[in-house]
Amino acid sequence: MVNWIWLGMMVISVAFAAVNGRVQEVTEAAFGGAQTGVTVCIGLISILVFWLGLMRVAEQAGLVSKLARLVAPLVRKLFPDVPADHPAFGFILTNMSANLLGLGNAATPMGIRAMQELQKLNPNPDTATPAMCTLLALNTASITLIPTTMIAIRMNFGSAHPTDIVASTLLATIVATGAAIAADRWYRSRDRLPPLQAGKAADTKGG
Amino acid sequence: MIAFLHQVSAWAVPMMIVLIPLYAAFRKVPVYESFVDGAKEGFGTAVGIIPHLVGMMTAISMFRASGAMDALVQAVRPLFEKFGVPGDVLPLGLLRPITGAGSLAYATDLIKTHGADSLAARIAATIQGSTDTTLYVLTVYFGAVGIRNARYALKVGLFSDAVGFFAAVAVCLLLF
Repeated sequence: MVNWIWLGMMVISVAFAAVNGRVQEVTEAAFGGAQTGVTVCIGLISILVFWLGLMRVAEQAGLVSKLARLVAPLVRKLFPDVPADHPAFGFILTNMSANLLGLGNAATPMGIRAMQELQKLNPNPDTATPAMCTLLALNTASITLIPTTMIAIRMNFGSAHPTDIVASTLLATIVATGAAIAADRWYRSRDRLPPLQAGKAADTKGG
Repeated sequence: MIAFLHQVSAWAVPMMIVLIPLYAAFRKVPVYESFVDGAKEGFGTAVGIIPHLVGMMTAISMFRASGAMDALVQAVRPLFEKFGVPGDVLPLGLLRPITGAGSLAYATDLIKTHGADSLAARIAATIQGSTDTTLYVLTVYFGAVGIRNARYALKVGLFSDAVGFFAAVAVCLLLF
């Protein structure tokens, strides 16, 4: 689906550019977009370097596995194919907590770290596993307790009650997350790709 | 309650920066060496995301510059106004999953032009706060571990964005 959306966006863009006479703008936008992509990644470097460093300290202190054991019973239902005391659970929890608290720049490194742990269980390194899809679903819906950015912007424009969107945001985000989990479940159950098999990893890597 | 949560948010990071290394030192972990060792991987991970993000950003940027995005918005607008939803809010629903910076700019503009306490501003803030940029999250998270086949993940993300959008509109119509 990503392939089609990507191709579709570019084909439609060029078609519209031809009709609207915006060929020049679209050409510039293509390279501008490429530059944005690199700029965003450069911005991610410092964040990733810092948090992955701190997370290694937490890992070596045994905090991550402790956390994983603590929350596994709660989160297991969402990730049935991840072994009970796998460190991935520790990172999944820190990722979810960072999302809840609106710590966007901490949430991404934790989420990536969780993905890396899930990737270790993946027999097919270039194809997402169901557990990865679930983690992604939770992150795209991102439950947030306080939408700090939006509160700040409303405050800037003179809102009398800038925080009154907290309730509506929380309700909407709960509904969205519920929908994400339900849809993920549904797709997971009707997905026909072979389930996880230990030992298969060796074959695919060799090829 | 909200003030308390704000405090928790503000203190969470400094507490982690202090408590994790403290606990680790207590457990006899060479904290600085361990930090540097883990941090090394950050660079490679960030660089690994570049091709994925460049590909996605190029397409998105072209889509917006060509006027295709505007055409899409104009096409669906009348449908929404029928249901009493301010038509200006709609583009945000379409922008939100595609571009984080673009949707933030659009939401800010809505708040500015309609007034911070208008219905449109509240809906915009709720939409912006309650979902994340699906395409970006997918590109970064899967890109970081080299996943090329995302399977059904994008469908799930876009579906939850759509549900989140309608939920935000409905909740705001009910509450405000």
